[in-house]
Amino acid sequence: MSERELVIVGGGPAGMAAALSAYEHGVRDILLLERDQYLGGILNQCIHTGFGLNYFKESLTGPEYALRFARRITDIKGIDVSLKSFAVRLTPDKTLTYLKPGRVERVKAKALIMATGCREKTREMVHIAGTRPAGIFSAGLAQKLINIEGLLPGKEAVILGSGDIGLIMARRFILEGARVKGVVEIREQSRGLTRNVVQCLEDFDIPLYLRHKISRVRGRDRVEAVDVARVDDRMEEVPGSEFTLECDTLLVSVGLIPENELIEMAGVPLDKKTNSPLYEGLNQTPIPGLFVCGNAFKVYDLADSVSMDSLEAGRMAAEYLLKPQKSPA
Amino acid sequence: MLKKFVCIECPRGCLLEAEIENGRMVKVNGNKCPRGEDYARGEIENPARVLTSTIPAEGLRLKMVPVRTNRTIAKSRMLEAAAEIRKLKTDKPVRAGEVIAENFLGLGADLVATRDVPRDTP
Repeated sequence: MSERELVIVGGGPAGMAAALSAYEHGVRDILLLERDQYLGGILNQCIHTGFGLNYFKESLTGPEYALRFARRITDIKGIDVSLKSFAVRLTPDKTLTYLKPGRVERVKAKALIMATGCREKTREMVHIAGTRPAGIFSAGLAQKLINIEGLLPGKEAVILGSGDIGLIMARRFILEGARVKGVVEIREQSRGLTRNVVQCLEDFDIPLYLRHKISRVRGRDRVEAVDVARVDDRMEEVPGSEFTLECDTLLVSVGLIPENELIEMAGVPLDKKTNSPLYEGLNQTPIPGLFVCGNAFKVYDLADSVSMDSLEAGRMAAEYLLKPQKSPA
Repeated sequence: MLKKFVCIECPRGCLLEAEIENGRMVKVNGNKCPRGEDYARGEIENPARVLTSTIPAEGLRLKMVPVRTNRTIAKSRMLEAAAEIRKLKTDKPVRAGEVIAENFLGLGADLVATRDVPRDTP
């Protein structure tokens, strides 16, 4: 088992900002773990623009935004980046077990920042009736298939939920030559940013069905259609409002949930509804020296905000390490 | 004519109210910064967008090279430009920012890579 001053789990926008900030605040022994083959996390599949408007005062794509941080990190000797490193176990004394291809590593950290991001809610979490054919994807998975793997998941899509990833994917399907029959949102308003409603739906005349739900998925082996119904104030289906949209693909974009199983394993209580750590103060947990930042702490609308608050996590970790007497006990 | 729409220059999303005469914007209200005025004028007189997509790579470290136009192109030509991008392939290693196609389709913007994609070395 090795020992480190600071271990950071996750090399996306949160982990990279935390690492840079911890270094700038004097920490010189930092291990940054990333499960993928590259730094950047989800930014690498977010090929659209709109990142960095607050942080860099210009509109960058996800990969460009990631690169700004990644290049700085690779230049700093005090930050060790370990790719293809998948964290699997965390104990309350901040000993972390992680897998690298062909081996298991253990590291004891004086301070630890969890920057593990979030994952998508699934069809199962929103209870859609009907069959279970092929052709149902979370929006982020479809994004990865198209932008990273070069695979188009379908030719005619309906999108459930108007979260930003769903809106972005509506446009992405159109730009890849597929059709999008509509976006179905149960709430009165889009959940996504206005700029995405404008640039991803209105620009391409894609209908947004507000106050509607998908009442049934149809199709045996592959999605063939979805039934859509209007809902009333109690979220009940309005009788007679049902109509059918033929499609071969259903994308589900109904929200994100922080990925916090490792800190839970270490004994940090999580909010049952939001999956955020239950403790007072930004990026804090009840375990001294254990911090959580970015979308693992709470789901942010903008990568820029993730970076800003994660800089703070890096500073807090540095303060804990350099002035341990002032740390939260 | 009065047109109401939301500014999308930044996530704040100001509600703009633009006065239009003969296809030209003569006045705008509701913007909290100067970018709102430029956006409103552009949106009314010459709507434009940055186009992003991916190009299949051969013999490179990634399967897909993400690309963007380095400035906005006419919104009316987005679909045509996207269809042209779908015909492209590349086997040339690129650095982020490197030009893939100069003055793409004569749209006045270059198509550039947005990620470093080196040769695939075993």
